Amino acid sequence: MTGFAKDSLVRVKSHFPPSPPAHCRTPFYIRGCVGKIERICGAFENPEELAFGRVGGDKKVLYRVRFSQSDIWPDYEGSKNDQIDIELYDFWLENPEEERK
Amino acid sequence: MNRDFTARGNHDMGGLEAGTIDKDEHDYALWEKRVDAMMMLLSNELSILTVDQLRKGIEALPPDAYDNMTYYERWMASITNTLLETGVITTEELGSKMREIKPDFFSGMDSLK
Repeated sequence: MTGFAKDSLVRVKSHFPPSPPAHCRTPFYIRGCVGKIERICGAFENPEELAFGRVGGDKKVLYRVRFSQSDIWPDYEGSKNDQIDIELYDFWLENPEEERK
Repeated sequence: MNRDFTARGNHDMGGLEAGTIDKDEHDYALWEKRVDAMMMLLSNELSILTVDQLRKGIEALPPDAYDNMTYYERWMASITNTLLETGVITTEELGSKMREIKPDFFSGMDSLK
């Protein structure tokens, strides 16, 4: 699950159990989309646990993932070169070659 | 693209029609600065709340409340609820302080008893 290299392709999970009612920090519009690892930001405490006041848990690797706007929005009218970068934790990402779970 | 989603939260509005966005700069009211200062004290100085708890509390607001509250009203609602949940303050303490600051705050409600 962890350890994506820079420039590798990743898919954002559509479902992250247990969701709901857990606190979810990955925007709705990006779930299921495929992007490329732009950089590894470091490792930080999990905001989806910190949201419940649970401080001091394991650190999770945070990636900056680059997506093409026209991949995200089917009716996108801007340039084909337009991109969006979103920072996402490793547990939200999967290998797009693998069967969708 | 086959995207199957868990439910979209009311706050999670990326990609939805937003209407006209007011981009004018504006000054903050004194109470707004105080709410911000209180959050900084509770998180950075006292470690009573995490900023993620603030965020969770904001997202837990009923959709109608979320849509109609201003930015710092949402902060205030979230901070208050979280401090009550975690036992830092009691409803009685909150109520008596509100009465002290604004004695007529509950006057309309008293008549409902």
